[in-house]
Amino acid sequence: MTKKQKKVLKRIIISAILTVIFSLIPSKGIVRLCIFLIPYFIIGYDILKKAFYGIRSRQIFDENFLMATATIGAIILALTSNGDYLEAIAVMLFYQIGELFQSCAVGKSRKSIAQLMDIRPDYANIEENGEIVRTSPETVTPGSIIIVNPGEKIPLDGIVEGGHSAVDTSALTGESLPENVFAGSEVLSGSINLSGVIKIKTTKNFGDSTVSKILDLVENASSLKSKSEAFISRFAKIYTPIVCFCALALIIFPPFLSFLITKNANFTTWLYRALTFLVVSCPCALVISIPLTFFASIGGMSRIGILVKGSNYIEALSKTDCAVFDKTGTLTSGTFKVRSIKSFSGTENELLHLAVCAEKASSHPIAESLKEAFGGAISKNVTDITEISGKGVEAKIDGKNVLVGNASLLEERNIKFTKNPDGETTVYVGEDGKFLGYITISDALKPTSKEAMLSLKKLGVSKTIMLTGDSALSASAVAKELELDDFFAKLLPQDKVFTLEKLIENKKKGTSVCFVGDGINDAPVLARADVGVAMGMKGSDSAIESADVILMDDDPLKLVSAIRFSKKCLTIVRENCIFAIGIKLLCLLFTALGNANMWLAIFADVGVMVIAVLNAMRALSFNFSLKK
Amino acid sequence: MKKTYKIEVDCANCANKMEEAAKKTSGVKDAVVNFIMQKMIIEFSENASEKNVMKDVISACKKVERDCEIYI
Repeated sequence: MTKKQKKVLKRIIISAILTVIFSLIPSKGIVRLCIFLIPYFIIGYDILKKAFYGIRSRQIFDENFLMATATIGAIILALTSNGDYLEAIAVMLFYQIGELFQSCAVGKSRKSIAQLMDIRPDYANIEENGEIVRTSPETVTPGSIIIVNPGEKIPLDGIVEGGHSAVDTSALTGESLPENVFAGSEVLSGSINLSGVIKIKTTKNFGDSTVSKILDLVENASSLKSKSEAFISRFAKIYTPIVCFCALALIIFPPFLSFLITKNANFTTWLYRALTFLVVSCPCALVISIPLTFFASIGGMSRIGILVKGSNYIEALSKTDCAVFDKTGTLTSGTFKVRSIKSFSGTENELLHLAVCAEKASSHPIAESLKEAFGGAISKNVTDITEISGKGVEAKIDGKNVLVGNASLLEERNIKFTKNPDGETTVYVGEDGKFLGYITISDALKPTSKEAMLSLKKLGVSKTIMLTGDSALSASAVAKELELDDFFAKLLPQDKVFTLEKLIENKKKGTSVCFVGDGINDAPVLARADVGVAMGMKGSDSAIESADVILMDDDPLKLVSAIRFSKKCLTIVRENCIFAIGIKLLCLLFTALGNANMWLAIFADVGVMVIAVLNAMRALSFNFSLKK
Repeated sequence: MKKTYKIEVDCANCANKMEEAAKKTSGVKDAVVNFIMQKMIIEFSENASEKNVMKDVISACKKVERDCEIYI
């Protein structure tokens, strides 16, 4: 409890004891009023003061005003009738207890969210004159050597210089298996060093380090408000005045009518009902529970490695109807592998050997994949290598003229060849005008891509679409394998934006189109999509900047978790909206009909709030990490 | 220019009111109050002096919610 809360608690106890004592003392009239005013002021002086200042600065319709009017009204009623001041004091007392309870609950929720996101390292160990000194991570410059002991957080991004250890990156990626690091490994700040002492050469300032970026993203996330939040604050703004006028109407019209009909105005009954009406009406439960739900979700999602830049994106994510993916690096791992070799003369290994010889100077990913598949060292005499841009290479190998490249290279040289029916990336090999065979190379699918696509469908995403710069043939192979609904191939970055815009134009009303990508050239598409999802914190900075949601590791299944989480969050928001507004309206109705007293009114205010807050906190504990 | 200030406010509705009040202050381009993190992010208009604007923001916020605190 904070100091403020403790003070309120003391006032509640003192006032409650005094009220009990005074109600045991028999007294009458003005004396009775005076002694009961003592506990009333003890418990309610700050409310009265706030209400007074509220009126003075023309901000009258707030809960202080409501409580002050209600209790003063109750006191006047008691003075004129039975001398029962208990109700006025009780209302004030319960209101304060409720406020205290609520401030504790909200405070605790705030803390547990903040704790969840507490990955900020407190210090960095640096070596100075042979001694290890603790210093603030902000002061460490890139290129410094820091020492991280087991159990400590890694304070800055860097590369391991010495030692080896296992690091826990779960705070960053949600990945529960520790990662083994050794000299040369890249480590991210915010991970926890588990087993051994490691020396790290820092590569970034603290401000640019992963941990700062994540904290910045998550803490500022709620500045982008969702539609539900905007709705609630608009609702609260008009709701309080309306309720006040209703209360006023309750004091004026029913007594007037009953006076006309029965000649008995029954004024006190209606005044009491109007006051109760005012107590019920406080909008705080609504106003706090909705943003708290979103915030708890942002916190909970960050724990499983999904960073969301604003609660509006949670809302949009939950409405995903069309999921659009980039191919390379998103659905596929982006590394090429030789899948099959077809030789029409000689052995397969011989064909591969020739291709590797011709490509030996190239660092193109395809050449790399050939070298990897071949493994051994080349044993041929290679001369006169010429690169034919966009087509392949030509070289003299052991005196023979060898061509290695795509289909158009062989067509250009009028060599008859058999086309690869697979439709994947193919390297054709020709020698002295004769076709020798081809090598099929494919970009391996990520192991979870297929499962992710199937799960998306189960979640109600009606269309899965792939956009790629690759050839139609290789795109269609991937699309078929993953059972995608559609694909667009041979797209330049600007074509991707154009295609996505078309998809957004044609989307169903009230749904959103989400785009998942990772590369630099995806940035404009990420920015244009309803929800742009970037993959991997190690991905390009511009992609992370333009994205709305960031998946910390590059597992497509994380998108499924993100959508499930967002749906759950929106369910809680809806529950709280309906529950809070519903109970309030019901209580208001009961009150107007005379079936409720102030005790119920207080419950309607505080009880609803506490239940709504507890419900909101459920969002923290969802576990959709899908890791077995 | 954007700046973040630590605030202290007890109820969520009051935080909303502070946000409204800060938004209406002249020299403030946009204002966001984050009740959960207890932070206020103010985006100043060009040529606005931070010191003067914040004085106005504080008095505007105090007017709608006496019990609030903004730490500069």
